[in-house]
Amino acid sequence: MKNFLLPLVIFGITVLAQTKIADPKGADAANGKRLFERNGCYQCHGYWGQGGNAGARLAQTRLTLVAFSAFVRNPPSGSMPPFRAKVMSDQELADVYAYIKTIPEPKPAKDIPLLNP
Amino acid sequence: MSDSKNPVGRRGFLKRAAAGGAGLAATAPIALAQQAALKPATGSAAEVTSSVRPGSDFMVDVFKTLGIEYIAANPGSSFRGLQESFINYGKNTSPEWLTCCHEESSVAMAHGYAKIEGKPMMIMAHGTVGLQHASMAIYNAFCDRVPVYIVLGNILDVNYRRGNPEWVHSVQDAAAMVRDYTKWDDMPVSLSHFAESAVRAYKISMTPPYEPVVLVADGTLQEEPVTEKNLRIPKLVMNAPPQGDSGAVAEAAKALAAAENPVIVAGRVARTPRGVELLVELAEVLQARVQDQRMRMNFPSAHPLYGHPGAVIASPNLSDHDVILALEAQDLWGITHKMTGFNKFGMESHPTIKPGAKVITVSAIDLNHKSNYQDFGRYVEADLAITGDPEATLPELIEAVKKLITPDRRRALQERGVKIAAENQAGRARNRELAALAWDASPITTARLSAELWAQIKNEDWSLVSNDRFVSSWPTRLWNFSKPYHYIGAQGGSGIGYQLPASVGAALANKKHGRLTVNIQCDGDLNYAPGVLWTAAHHQIPMLNVMHNNRAYHEERMYLTLLGAKYDRDLGRSDIGTALNGPDIDYASIAKGYGLYAEGPISDPKDLGPALKRAIARVKAGEPALLDVVTQPR
Repeated sequence: MKNFLLPLVIFGITVLAQTKIADPKGADAANGKRLFERNGCYQCHGYWGQGGNAGARLAQTRLTLVAFSAFVRNPPSGSMPPFRAKVMSDQELADVYAYIKTIPEPKPAKDIPLLNP
Repeated sequence: MSDSKNPVGRRGFLKRAAAGGAGLAATAPIALAQQAALKPATGSAAEVTSSVRPGSDFMVDVFKTLGIEYIAANPGSSFRGLQESFINYGKNTSPEWLTCCHEESSVAMAHGYAKIEGKPMMIMAHGTVGLQHASMAIYNAFCDRVPVYIVLGNILDVNYRRGNPEWVHSVQDAAAMVRDYTKWDDMPVSLSHFAESAVRAYKISMTPPYEPVVLVADGTLQEEPVTEKNLRIPKLVMNAPPQGDSGAVAEAAKALAAAENPVIVAGRVARTPRGVELLVELAEVLQARVQDQRMRMNFPSAHPLYGHPGAVIASPNLSDHDVILALEAQDLWGITHKMTGFNKFGMESHPTIKPGAKVITVSAIDLNHKSNYQDFGRYVEADLAITGDPEATLPELIEAVKKLITPDRRRALQERGVKIAAENQAGRARNRELAALAWDASPITTARLSAELWAQIKNEDWSLVSNDRFVSSWPTRLWNFSKPYHYIGAQGGSGIGYQLPASVGAALANKKHGRLTVNIQCDGDLNYAPGVLWTAAHHQIPMLNVMHNNRAYHEERMYLTLLGAKYDRDLGRSDIGTALNGPDIDYASIAKGYGLYAEGPISDPKDLGPALKRAIARVKAGEPALLDVVTQPR
C-alpha cells in the first residue's frame, strides 16, 4: 500500500469513463467518518487519514472524487483492498471522500518544536 | 539475589526425606516393595544421601568456566539438583538465578540480553512441559541468529522416576522437540561427557551463525554423588568466525568498485560494535547507499548514506542499482521481486531490479540450514555467493575495494555520495512534515509518541530495545541511532510474545552500563506472558515501557479487512477475534500489580510529555516503569 500515486493517475484516467461516481454534492461527511471507521479505512490510513507504514496519507488529498473512487474501486495489485459497490456504494464513497476533505490542515513541522532537530 | 541464609541444606533435607520414606515403607508393604525396586544396584539409600558433592556441583563448576552471567528459569523439579547447586554451592553468582514466570519469557529474555551483551544467557526448563512453553521463543531466537544456552532437566533412567509427575516430565529424547530450530544438542550420560558437551555447546552457539543450543542435564547425574575419577573441564577455545573466500571477496570488490550505483543491503550484519564501524567504512569508501533492514544496529540512521528513510523499510526500492551487495540479508528474493498482492487472485512474480544487475551475497546461513522450517527464504539466483560471516569478511573486502579506487574514481564516487546525501536529507525533512499530520489527534499518533519520547531521551545514554515497525518506523525516521546498543531488531521468527520479555533481558544487559532502556510495547504482545513485568520489578531491572496500545491484534485485523473487501463481505466484522476492547485492558493497573511504577491510559497528547518525564525519573532511580498510551493503529 505504497507508492501508488503515479499508477493511480494513470489508472484513474483509464477507468474514468467506465465508473459511475456519486455526485459529491450533498455528501454527508459525518456519515463518511462513520464509514471510514466501520469499514476499516482507519486501520491503514489512521483515524485522521494521516497514513503510516500500512497505508498512504489521505488527509489533504489532491485527488478528485472521481480519481479517488476509481482507485478505491479497483486498486493496482499490491496496494489496498478493492472496495466495490457491494461493500461501499457510490454515495457512501462520496461521503467518505467528504470526510477526508474535512480533515484540517496540519501545522507545518517547522512550527512544532519537537520536530525540529 | 544471593541467599546464604537457608538453614536447611539439600543434603540434610534429602537425608530426612529418606528417613521419612523408610518410616512410610514400614507401614505400607506395597510401597516397601516399590522402594526396594528403586534402590540403586550398589550402595544403600543412606550411603547415597550422605554425599557432600552431587554431580550438579560439578556441573556448576563447568558452567562457571563459560562466563555466563545469568540463568533465567521458571523452577522445575527435573533440574532441582542444578538449581540447588547454583544457589548454594555456586553462591548464586556468575551465574545469578533470575526468577521467571514462564519459560517463553526465560528464552526471550535471553534473546534480548544476547543482542545487547553479545553472549548467551542460560535458560533452564523441564525437558517436556517447560520446553513446550519455551519452544516458540527458541524458534524466534533461531530465526534471529541469536545464541541461547538451553539446559533441560530430564530423568532418563526409569528407576529414578519417583511417581507420576516425574514420569510425565520425562522424555526419551528431550531435545527432539526443538531440534529443527536449534543448532546442536546433546544428552550426556556421564559427568565427563557433560563437561565436554557443555563447553562444546557454548562454542557452537557462539560460532557464526549464532544459534540456540541444548544440553540435557540428566536428573540422576545431577543428584547422585560424583564418583568418576579424574574429572576435568575442557578449555573453551572459541572458533574464529568463518570468513569469505579471498578469491570471491576480490571478485566482489572488483564489481563494487566498478559499479555505477551500488547498494548495500544490510540484514544481520553487526555482531559486535566493530561491525557498525566496518559497514560505515565500506559505505564511505564506495559512497554507496545502505539499505538497512533494521535487524541489528548496523548503520547510523542519520548518516548521509542511509537509504530510504521512509515508512516501508522492509521492502526498499532497489531498481536503480547495478550491483546489490546483500550482507546476511533477510528474504532477499522478496525484496528483489514483486508478487501479486493480497488484493488480487492468482500469483505472478517478476524481478524488480534492473536487468543485468549483479547480485552478490555474503552470508553464513548456508553453514547451518535445516529442512523443515522455511526461514531460509526463497532461493536467490546470486551472481556471486560468498559463504562467510559478513562482519568477519568486511575487513578484507574494504581493503580490496580501496586498492581498486583510483583518485579519479574517488572523485566520481564523491559526486555520487553528494547526491545520495541530498536525497537522504530530503527524505528526513519529508518525514518531519508527515510526523506533523494529526499531531493533536486522540488516540495519539505513533509519530507524536515517538517525537515526545525522543525529546525526553535524546540527551540520555539510551537504548531502544523494541522493533519499531509497528509504529510506522517513526523512531528510525525521527531519531538519531548511532551507537551499537541503540537498536536490536525484532523477533526473528515473527513470534508475538517476544517483545516484553526480550526487552527485560536487554534492559538487564544495559543495567550495568547505566543505560536508559526504552521499550515501545505493543499491547497484543504484552498479553502473552505479562508475568515478566514482575521479574523486572523483582530483580530491579530499570526500563521504560511505553505502550503502543491500539487495542487490537492490528496486523491481523488489517488482513481480515483486506480479505473481506476482496470477497465483497461486510467489513464491519473485522474486530471479531482481533480487537482487544470491551473491556479495555488497563495496562497501568496490571503493571502496578506486578510492582512497577505505572500511569495511564493516556489519550491526550498534551499529557504524554509530562508523564514521560515522571516515568523516566523513576527509571533513572533504578525502577521499571510503564506508561499506557492509547495510540492510533500504526
